[in-house]
Amino acid sequence: MSVAQPNRVTPTRRSFSGGIHPPSSKLLTRDQPIEVVPTPKQVRIPLLQHVGALCEAVVKSRDEVVAGDLVGTSEAPVSAFAHASISGKVTKESAATLPNGRRVPTVPIKAGDEQLEGQALLDDIYGGEWPTLRLDLPRPDLILQAVRDAGLVGMGGAAFPTHIKLALNPARPIDTLVVNGCECEPYLTADYRLMLEAPRPIVTGALLAASAVGARRILIGIEDDKRDAAEALSKAAESTDIEIRVVRTKYPQGSERQLGPVLVGSAVPANGLPLDVGVVVVNVATAAAIARAVLRGKPMTHRIVTVTGRGVAQPKNLLAPLGISYGELIEIAGGLTPDAVRVLAGGPMMGFTLGDLDTPVTKGTSGITVLTGEDLQQFEETSCVRCGLCVDACPLNLVPTRIALAARKGAWNLAERYYINACMECGCCAYQCPAQIPLVLLIRMGKAHLAAARV
Amino acid sequence: MLQVGICVVSCLAVEVLTSLWRGSRPSLQDTSAIVTGVILGLSLPWSAPGSGGVVASIVAIGFGKAVFGGLGQNIFNPAMVGRAFVMISFASSLGATAYVRSGATLEILTQATPLTAAKELSGSVPGIWALFVGNANGSLGETSVLACLVGGLYLCLRRSAVWLIPVSMIASAAVVAAIANLLLPETPLTVLQHLTSGALVFSAFFIATDPVTSPLTGRGQVIFGAGLGALVVVIRLFSNYPEGVVFAVLLMNAVVPLINRVTIPKPLGGLPADA
Repeated sequence: MSVAQPNRVTPTRRSFSGGIHPPSSKLLTRDQPIEVVPTPKQVRIPLLQHVGALCEAVVKSRDEVVAGDLVGTSEAPVSAFAHASISGKVTKESAATLPNGRRVPTVPIKAGDEQLEGQALLDDIYGGEWPTLRLDLPRPDLILQAVRDAGLVGMGGAAFPTHIKLALNPARPIDTLVVNGCECEPYLTADYRLMLEAPRPIVTGALLAASAVGARRILIGIEDDKRDAAEALSKAAESTDIEIRVVRTKYPQGSERQLGPVLVGSAVPANGLPLDVGVVVVNVATAAAIARAVLRGKPMTHRIVTVTGRGVAQPKNLLAPLGISYGELIEIAGGLTPDAVRVLAGGPMMGFTLGDLDTPVTKGTSGITVLTGEDLQQFEETSCVRCGLCVDACPLNLVPTRIALAARKGAWNLAERYYINACMECGCCAYQCPAQIPLVLLIRMGKAHLAAARV
Repeated sequence: MLQVGICVVSCLAVEVLTSLWRGSRPSLQDTSAIVTGVILGLSLPWSAPGSGGVVASIVAIGFGKAVFGGLGQNIFNPAMVGRAFVMISFASSLGATAYVRSGATLEILTQATPLTAAKELSGSVPGIWALFVGNANGSLGETSVLACLVGGLYLCLRRSAVWLIPVSMIASAAVVAAIANLLLPETPLTVLQHLTSGALVFSAFFIATDPVTSPLTGRGQVIFGAGLGALVVVIRLFSNYPEGVVFAVLLMNAVVPLINRVTIPKPLGGLPADA
């Protein structure tokens, strides 16, 4: 065999229409290595951390569990299992309100004495050997089974169950697996740190996922402000067929509706998924979790959370057990500063305002952003002058002002005529609006109303 | 300049009055009333009496904007509503004949405006260069195409104005004028004269690009501009009025809701089946 060559990193000229360039604010945590959170006294594992059906608890109060034990399952077609993230004793079931407003039951676990901590934990999750060349690829159905058993969901934020995404569909053959390392959301650097510090499990996971879906080609997409991450991945992927593509830094590049077409060249239908054009997109952290689930049989128990914003004293990238509270992570990042005024679950574009610091971290929690009064300077809302900036910014080619104002007035037919349901709520329009109209809020409200009316 | 000042002050005053009347807070800080005043002042004849500007301003803000519900709700460009009103109501002092004053100190002001001259086939149309730099009779804002282009390009570069509208408007005016020249050889104006005389370029950059009264999408903006350019030339050639900008803008404003409706863009990647 010839000398191993790092895979070529190729820039992609193609872009998508619309989109915006918000200040990235990633410098706050870009250079902060992943830090392992000490085991908390208690975690509360929500029985719904994903898109789909609620899990049912399979443990009861006073049961002893070890980290990785199953605590919740569901037979529903779209759901994802929940696992204990620390070892200890289960206490009485309690409810928690997730950032999106849903109130869900949780399985609280009081920490026992035996825990995997610090570097040992980090090594257990991302360390060790991750084969890429002489990788014995298991049968697709076995990969799928392992992914399902591990309770994997998309870690980029949407939290869609991964085993459904990877399930083979004879009617829709998959040509390309896209691994998403864009992390276009401002402030967040969790994926970036993972790509730098643990590129190998990402590569291994990509190979496994591609084999599960029968993809012939693997592309890893990374924005051009993270070239060092692209280099790290290309080194980890040396001598494999994986292609690393550097794409323009532009929000929302990391949306699968943008990234898939940018890399592959075909647009996803508004009511469809990337798989309709032969593409499956998985986030880099999800890819790493796939490798861990398939090769080591380990479930999803931890994730990297960027705790950031000018409202926290020491912004950090933390490896946190699922079910730890937002408040505890903020404390580990030095606590709130005096001028902190708003805590967001996620980043400023797609994130939800958090009402309660006791909220547990879930599989989709990519970051906690704390904004200050200065960040939130707001101007008074004025009338729409139909300037069309929102139309230019919309990456999905919609007319946000029409949809939002129709929703505000309850003109549901009009909102539907302007394709309200095609909106993915990326926030580009509201970011651009010179009249400070809360476009996304209005559209979200309108969609909720229409969804309720349909049932 | 005095005329512009009069219009701005009256527009602001009317904006405050109508807002108070409607019980909403006057939207003065957005400067939209000032823009209306400036456009209005620049579109009036140089000789117009101050009272004409005041009346035009009252109509512009009062009937052009306030009755529709204020900023953002008006269908018609307020300045053009005011201009059209005084042009018809006070035809002698504010219409086409107002530009000609035999006693004026500058020789150029004793001649008819280029378009009136062409219409009546009396007097001569100045040369293209004179029209381009503004050495001709006309309203305050319209005479120098050069100045309009400079200001217009600045607005487009600042993205305050959408470039699609002026480009499609001027291009369509040129095409229609060219066709007219071919079909009606006796028409007095050449294509270049059409483009450099009257308010065509001024309105393309400063009036047609008003966001409130123009379409939202790129496709719609091209349709809007093309319609405007064609109408301007058609009105110049076939109506009793020498200039067609005011009516062309008002007519195209009226069809903007229709244009918006037929140009709803398809979402990226195709249609959702459930909508």
